[in-house]
Amino acid sequence: MNRVEGHDKVTGRARYAVEYPAGDVAYACPVQSEIAKGRVTAIDSADAAAMPGVLAVLSSDDPPDLAEDADPELRLFRGREVAYRGQFVAAVVADTYENARAAARAVRVTYAAEEHDVLLRADHPELYRPDKVNPGFPADTEKGDVAAGIAGAAVTVDVTYRTPVLHNNPMEPHAALAAWDGGDLTVHDSTQGAAADRDTIARTLGLPPGRVRVVSRHVGGGFGSKGTTRPHAILAALAARAAGRPVKVALTRQQLFDVTGYRTPTIQRLRLGCDAGGRLTAIEHEVREQSSTLVEFAEQAAVPARTMYATPALRTAHRLVRLDVATPSWMRAPGECPGMYALESAMDELAAAAGIDPVELRVLNEPDAEPAGGLPFSSRNLVACLREGARRFGWDRRDPAPGVRREGRWLVGTGVAASTYPAKRRPSQATATAEDGKFVVRIAAADIGTGARTALTAIAAATLGVPAARVRVELGDSDLPAAPLAGGSMGLASWGSAVVRACEELLRDGRHGTADTTAEIQAGGGYATHAFGAQFAEVRVDPATGETRVPRLLGVFAVGRVIDPDLARSQFVGGMTMGLGMALMEESVTDEEFGGFTNHDLAQYHVPACADVPDVRAYWIDEDDPHLNPMGAKGIGEIGIVGTAAAIGNAVHHATGLRVRDLPITPAKLLAGF
Amino acid sequence: MEITLRVNGDERTLPVDPRTSLLDLLRERLGLTGSKKGCDHGQCGACTVLLEGRRVNACLLLAVACDGLAVTTVEGLAGDGALHPLQEAFIAHDAFQCGYCTPGQLCSAAGMLAERGPSAVTEDLAAEPGLTAGEIRERMSGNLCRCGAYQGIVAAIAEVAR
Repeated sequence: MNRVEGHDKVTGRARYAVEYPAGDVAYACPVQSEIAKGRVTAIDSADAAAMPGVLAVLSSDDPPDLAEDADPELRLFRGREVAYRGQFVAAVVADTYENARAAARAVRVTYAAEEHDVLLRADHPELYRPDKVNPGFPADTEKGDVAAGIAGAAVTVDVTYRTPVLHNNPMEPHAALAAWDGGDLTVHDSTQGAAADRDTIARTLGLPPGRVRVVSRHVGGGFGSKGTTRPHAILAALAARAAGRPVKVALTRQQLFDVTGYRTPTIQRLRLGCDAGGRLTAIEHEVREQSSTLVEFAEQAAVPARTMYATPALRTAHRLVRLDVATPSWMRAPGECPGMYALESAMDELAAAAGIDPVELRVLNEPDAEPAGGLPFSSRNLVACLREGARRFGWDRRDPAPGVRREGRWLVGTGVAASTYPAKRRPSQATATAEDGKFVVRIAAADIGTGARTALTAIAAATLGVPAARVRVELGDSDLPAAPLAGGSMGLASWGSAVVRACEELLRDGRHGTADTTAEIQAGGGYATHAFGAQFAEVRVDPATGETRVPRLLGVFAVGRVIDPDLARSQFVGGMTMGLGMALMEESVTDEEFGGFTNHDLAQYHVPACADVPDVRAYWIDEDDPHLNPMGAKGIGEIGIVGTAAAIGNAVHHATGLRVRDLPITPAKLLAGF
Repeated sequence: MEITLRVNGDERTLPVDPRTSLLDLLRERLGLTGSKKGCDHGQCGACTVLLEGRRVNACLLLAVACDGLAVTTVEGLAGDGALHPLQEAFIAHDAFQCGYCTPGQLCSAAGMLAERGPSAVTEDLAAEPGLTAGEIRERMSGNLCRCGAYQGIVAAIAEVAR
């Protein structure tokens, strides 16, 4: 089914956060810290305040009233301490964007800088074990005897993989339009969850949630970075109060790199052992990563190793160091994405060392139950994905020898990796009402490009037994029935469950149905619920220049029931495209001298362009899983990126014989190996 | 300064701050928010509009430099009551997800279809190249899509180019 908002999006009518008309609107521009650690000693805003059109200057000279227990990243201008370069230290509000920007540049801030520490190192003396990792997993797990498993193995690998800082970079920069009406605040925000954003904004400002409304009908991508409230939204609210007018804050692309979260860099050591037949004797996955001094965020990169393969000995561990950096946050498949890159690359190394086909090595180590926890899988079709992918890709024609295939100037190779992502859901509310010959579904869900509006329309129509054209879904507004945010690939499972129940009640009632799935979800459990998949990549590497191209990417996924094939394919292909960026080009380079990042725009942080992805295909197998939710569906927003970078890296090894264990795989790193 | 622009067929005369980009003029002064601001530095293509029929990044042009010129934005692509064939094809091929790059992709494609001459991937520089998928990908690589809808974008443009 075509996207229900497709017409609005191709005609420019779809309004994003700061595109709503507002009378007498003003503009706020932040002033950012130029040091990575220390104190603001003085803020001279006299020149800025005297410039044309300036309405207010906000800074710690006049600290706003914000909740003491609010997220420290959101407690703007409360203190003089600087925790990272790029942190907001002041802001200017003016009548036009041009005036605000010019005046923000005229604010002079002086600092007492202290020596900073911004670099993650494997031997950092302040690495520690966090109490838990995102969103609530234990930091470490241990089963069996890893040392004995390694010692008794016929084949072992002991390798360290590194991934860089990655930035989500949605096409729509984070932006908010805030307007006060007495003590009531309305924020048009670019957010992945209107209800959660409303709650955080209200808590930060010390308001009851009922006084705040967040509207986000269209969101220009998020990939996790809009899943938590960001400083621009609080700045817009404070600026609107100071100016007595509605205020827009539209972050620049450069500012996104500083204050909207990022994927932590990781250093991951993998020790694997297997017997002569290829059966694993041990897996050990140790992850080192960073957070800020403000907030502990520990990405769960070693968690997927607890799900993937049968092994008598399994140890996973996370260590964190707090640096003078911005707080890392969610980026598409936090945990699974970097963790599976390392695990699936190491599995490829083990396959090569053992002389076993990499597809077969994975099939050999298929577990009967979840390896770490012992729960049975509600459904697990990784083997089917590997087999179907191998068939479609032509894997059986593969010569395992690395570095031997040449076509013209290119060395050619192929690679495979597995992917996984949890299939969970959260409590949600929804209503369904018969109105004027239509059925209107209301839910504070978010459509950040996933197709949620369209998929929920299809789910409601199917439940009601009516054509989709008779259903209208209203979402993206915190005044609608409360719903969880779009994240963790849980959106559709959570919202869809509530929509099904509301529609079922409407069918009984004839006019109206209300649903709250809290009890239904609490009653579930007893199964390990995960989606699985397999990605296959063909690469070409020019040994003279180190250039790598990816002529083919193919993924096969097992995700329960697919609600809408077109939307699902776009999600998988989009995730795989982002995975290609991770493999070959994406990297934010930490500025060791000044803090922050040396690259902070789309000319220097490269994301895949149209010419980079000639052929990306996604398929899925039929999977019937009765233990999930009324739709029988697993989330699909994140699994596409998981595994892709490993498949490409493994293909680069197959093409060249070179193992680059430090993403991204750039021409310079390959040329250093040739 | 006062300037006159012809925007989607309508003549608009208004005073502008000389610092104002064409993009900010469209979005903040004329209420034409279809053109998007993704980077403000000419790196993403989300602001692509047609200026005198040629595709340009509206964020890289000062509004005062466009005095007297004709601008077509995504709001002006559709004819009376009917979508432009590219708009129809983008919907049919699911050539977008979040939709934020879409207006720029559409204007860029409309401009690209009117262009002549070889590109960096054209093999025979003397012949007029056909719009193969490879040519479309090359010519559309100034318009980034973080959702990764490129497969649909190329299919949609190829359908219209035929």
